Amino acid sequence: MLLNDLPVLPVILPLVAAPICLLLPNNRLPGTFASVIAGLSAVFSAMLLADVVTNGPANYDLGGWAAPLGIVYRVDIAGALVMTLVASMAAVTIPYAIRSVEMEIVKSQTSAFFAMFLICFAGLIGVVATGDAFNVFVFLEISSLSTYTLVAMGAKRDRRALTAAFTYLVLGTIGATFFVIGLGLLYQATGTLNMLDIHERLLGQDNRVVRAAFAFIFTGLALKLAMFPLHQWLPNAYTFAPSSVTAFLASTATKVAIYAMLRFLFTVYGFQFGFMDVAFAFFLLLGMLGMFVASLIAVFREDVKMIFAYSSVAQIGYMLLGISFATPEGVGAALVYVVNHAVTKAALFMAIGAVVYSIGGHRLPAFRGLAKRMPVTAGALIVAGLALVGVPMTAGFISKWLLIQAAFEATLPVSSLFLVLFIVSTTLLAVGYVGRLVWEMTLRDPEGQVEIKRLPLAMMVPMLIVTALTVYLGVNAEGLINLAEAAARQLLDTGLGTGGAF
Amino acid sequence: MGALLHMVSADAALAGALITPLIGLVFISALDRSPDAREASTLATGLITLLFSATIFVAVGEGARPTLTLFEMLPGLSVTFSVEPLGALFGLIASGLWLVNSVYSIGYMRGNNEKAQTRFYMSFAIAITAALGIAYSGNLLTFFLFYETLTISTFPLVAHKRDEKARAGGRIYIGILMGTSIGLLLPAVICTYWLTGTTDFVLGGIIAEHIRPTSAWTAILLCLFAFGTAKAALMPTHPWLPNAMVAPTPVSAFLHAVAVVKAGVFGIMKISLYTFGAETLQGTIASDIILYIAAASILIASAIAMTQDNLKARLAYSTVSQLSYITLGAMLANRLGIIGGSTQIAAHALGKMTLFMCAGAIYTAAHKSLISEMRGLARVMPYTFIAYIIGACSIIGLPPMAGSWPKFFLMLGSVDRGELILLGVLIVSSLMNIVYLMAPAVRGFMDPPSAHQGTEIAEAPAFCLVPAWTTAIGTVILFLFMGDLVRYLEPLVASL
Amino acid sequence: MLEFALERYNYWIVIILMMIGLYIVFSRGNLVKTLIGLNLFQTSVFIFYITVGKVVGGTAPILLGGHSEGSHGDEHGAGHSDANGETHQDASLSAEDAAAAAQGDLVNRLGSRAADQGHVTGHESLHDGPEGATSNSLFTGSPGENMPDLITRGGAAEVPHTDVHAAEAALDTLYSNPLPHVLILTAIVVGVATTAVGLSLAVRIREAYGTVEEDDIEAIDNKTQLAEVMA
Repeated sequence: MLLNDLPVLPVILPLVAAPICLLLPNNRLPGTFASVIAGLSAVFSAMLLADVVTNGPANYDLGGWAAPLGIVYRVDIAGALVMTLVASMAAVTIPYAIRSVEMEIVKSQTSAFFAMFLICFAGLIGVVATGDAFNVFVFLEISSLSTYTLVAMGAKRDRRALTAAFTYLVLGTIGATFFVIGLGLLYQATGTLNMLDIHERLLGQDNRVVRAAFAFIFTGLALKLAMFPLHQWLPNAYTFAPSSVTAFLASTATKVAIYAMLRFLFTVYGFQFGFMDVAFAFFLLLGMLGMFVASLIAVFREDVKMIFAYSSVAQIGYMLLGISFATPEGVGAALVYVVNHAVTKAALFMAIGAVVYSIGGHRLPAFRGLAKRMPVTAGALIVAGLALVGVPMTAGFISKWLLIQAAFEATLPVSSLFLVLFIVSTTLLAVGYVGRLVWEMTLRDPEGQVEIKRLPLAMMVPMLIVTALTVYLGVNAEGLINLAEAAARQLLDTGLGTGGAF
Repeated sequence: MGALLHMVSADAALAGALITPLIGLVFISALDRSPDAREASTLATGLITLLFSATIFVAVGEGARPTLTLFEMLPGLSVTFSVEPLGALFGLIASGLWLVNSVYSIGYMRGNNEKAQTRFYMSFAIAITAALGIAYSGNLLTFFLFYETLTISTFPLVAHKRDEKARAGGRIYIGILMGTSIGLLLPAVICTYWLTGTTDFVLGGIIAEHIRPTSAWTAILLCLFAFGTAKAALMPTHPWLPNAMVAPTPVSAFLHAVAVVKAGVFGIMKISLYTFGAETLQGTIASDIILYIAAASILIASAIAMTQDNLKARLAYSTVSQLSYITLGAMLANRLGIIGGSTQIAAHALGKMTLFMCAGAIYTAAHKSLISEMRGLARVMPYTFIAYIIGACSIIGLPPMAGSWPKFFLMLGSVDRGELILLGVLIVSSLMNIVYLMAPAVRGFMDPPSAHQGTEIAEAPAFCLVPAWTTAIGTVILFLFMGDLVRYLEPLVASL
Repeated sequence: MLEFALERYNYWIVIILMMIGLYIVFSRGNLVKTLIGLNLFQTSVFIFYITVGKVVGGTAPILLGGHSEGSHGDEHGAGHSDANGETHQDASLSAEDAAAAAQGDLVNRLGSRAADQGHVTGHESLHDGPEGATSNSLFTGSPGENMPDLITRGGAAEVPHTDVHAAEAALDTLYSNPLPHVLILTAIVVGVATTAVGLSLAVRIREAYGTVEEDDIEAIDNKTQLAEVMA
């Protein structure tokens, strides 16, 4: 019984729990409650993933209305994978947030904070679960709206959180509206909103409406996933949001947008359109530009959160690169990159959050001599930093390795060797900014005497779990790789015999 | 002794050699408060590691090939250790000289009251693990992993003084080493994997089966590997080496003789034997190019060395020159070239270590680092300078010091390959060696002491002299047992 | 050409509104004005959706009463379903809904019918049947050229007769497409929520900075940043 409802449970659970959460008193109760909900969602997502892997895509007709009349939830391996990722990230960041936000938001907002967190989480999961194009828009906006408020709650520490949230709101809304225009055009052309249905009806159609729809959807999602140069909202939003929010957003929000992009590229449109090549060329070009420029900017930032925010923009470039190959290997590599980068960034931002908690700042000077002051946190930062760079035996290495191998396999407008050299040269920039941080932490003496607050276990344990995960995914990667490759195959081949790479 | 070296199996010794320094690391960091216990654990770690690597050395000599796979990330992509004679030799040199160096650094660090000594010893312990990891690596990926670890772990050592000068030197050090390794070596590893589907080290090479030796890929790969392994200081990737001179002397000794540069040339030798294969290399234009770049490095670095007044800087450029001998041997890719290059790894390690420890002894005793200030110094500290002369003679290649053999082999190897120009290069370089290495000794013994030189200068303390003399005597012993070493390395060239 | 452009006047309105909205968003320094621009931009999209759903001569999709015997399907044209029974006009659908409702087991019926018949969609109105000559089509030429798949006619819908008795009267009436309207209701809710969040942020910014002019805020932020770097 429960099993049949699996595709919808991880969405419904937090959505229903959020208002309940709002009613709880402003102490540690809402956080605990939200943690339990997120944990349950994570368990359900994992069960769904196991189910999808063995039994194929799971369908769920909302309210018993079958497709295409009703809204259908359809979860394939890629969806289940991203869903599990989002849910497990929520399951570690929410417990972390309980103590972390005590310092960072106004106390009277505590229950609202966790309610928003749950809604944001529900929205992200919804985007992944749904098989209905308009539903994607609704869930994107559910998660975005709650994200704006979450970012703005960082205003207790720094009022710039408000302007960051406002910019995010304006750009995010423009992105969403573009997306919705695209959906409207698509609906005009096909008369349906079910993704598979749209795909079926798009076959053989290549006219201006379809192209315009693609352009609008592409641009809208590109804004949401912070594709260079549409990333302007991201650095400030990540920098000034409360640490736990940054950890959660960095590991999920852009990743879900990438997932939505994959869905629209491959499930909805598919390969029969000539303009897809143009889109892939765009991905390649903008991905490479983003990798380089954003990494370069990151090297010269003084704020550690800002450094890693720009690094996020750069890392999205790597994922887009994988997608641009448009091969199962490339998309599989991009999916592995999504998972590994999510885990790595969560570890980094959690560790930064620990420094914010204990020392009270996230600019570079606060990190001086951290290896002596907070050895565990510094260790987590170093491990996660190495994973970001892509040192062997960490998650980052696997993702970069797969990406490079996929580059060799694919036929590309640029030489594979050039691409490989480009990837490693941007990796060097990553060495630059991670190295700067490591230098400050290990080789410089702390400035001044600040009282260092002891890091509570509730923050340390999630941080260490995620850090350990970055190493685990680098050492025992085969499971994830197989999963991602199966997911990519499923994504590229819609089963209708028409889309897909084959 | 023999029984001691057969106490554990070679496989167990391999695991032991890699783990012991890490266990030592825990002790060193835990004993931050009591320097005596900390230094004792450093020495104990060094001794045990040496025992393990000696066990491996003996076992490999008897034909064993211990292997150990830590884990497999992807099919064909694993962290694996597998020991062959060259690696066993490098491992023995590294762990043996690490022990000597530890004794020396304890004296040096205490004598000069350096700060942050715990961090210093911790970095040393990680560095030796990395060096052993490189020596025993079973594939390119493992090699790359430990190569990077070595760079990172020696960085705090180079920048130890943490003033502006140390920071600048450290930046160049890590910039060049990291830049070349990630920018060139890593793509080389990736391309190799893509071309062959494996990164394993196999004697005779893995490339030849997949691509023609004359193809552009071979040339590209060889250049990527040769310049990517910047620790070998092949020009123009050498500037990190003189810049690393800002480090305390034991670090310089360690960098220049034991771990870092030797890891580089060992890597080049290993990659040419085990990834390309000597036979593949022999016929390629690419190896000719690298061969001549190495020859040019030998001469240019020697010429620069002659202009340096700072003794450590002079030794650094001498190192750049001497390392290119090994690259040269690897690129000759014939029997004598490979033997010459491999034995040079051992001979140069002992010789250069002696020289650096003497330079450190002079600095500790007289606080002098410029050659022009060393007039008559040898008269008050003769033992230091005699050790220096022994080391210098070994580097120059005078019998009965170890350095004479590799040069002899390399000269024969060049003739074998028909490259008479190289023979000339080697002879000219030896002459230049005499000029720049003997000058300080000549100054020390022959010149009258400068007028304002105080009388308080005395012979260097024992902790400096004993290690220096140990390695100096080592060069003589190695000269006598060179035949055994050549026989030991025979499997490398058996097919040629 | 002119005719082509004028016929689609609704799109021109949408485009002009959209551009005005976007221009305001990007050029205005005042946060509240930015939000107004954003609203305008969103509203243009709402209008776009609404015009998409409008069928010329169609009425609001509300079921008109009355029973009448007769067949449905071919007679009512308007792309009930293609040969594969794939598409259905929304008008007939809503009629069928009502029929099912009348029989008291709406959900089950519809669910099972959808399963039986394959895809039954509330699509239409743009490339529509004979009665639905809309002014909205973006396609030049006859609709059939562009979307053969969708407007193939013929093939009676295999809807069980009993289910639709009540609805058949309704089929005589032409309805506008309700789905875009429903969608845009959702989008309007989202838009209102966005405006609310945006305005409350503007209020908070005003409290924190004392101004809602972007230039002033930026100047204040720059000063803060400078102080941080100096410290």
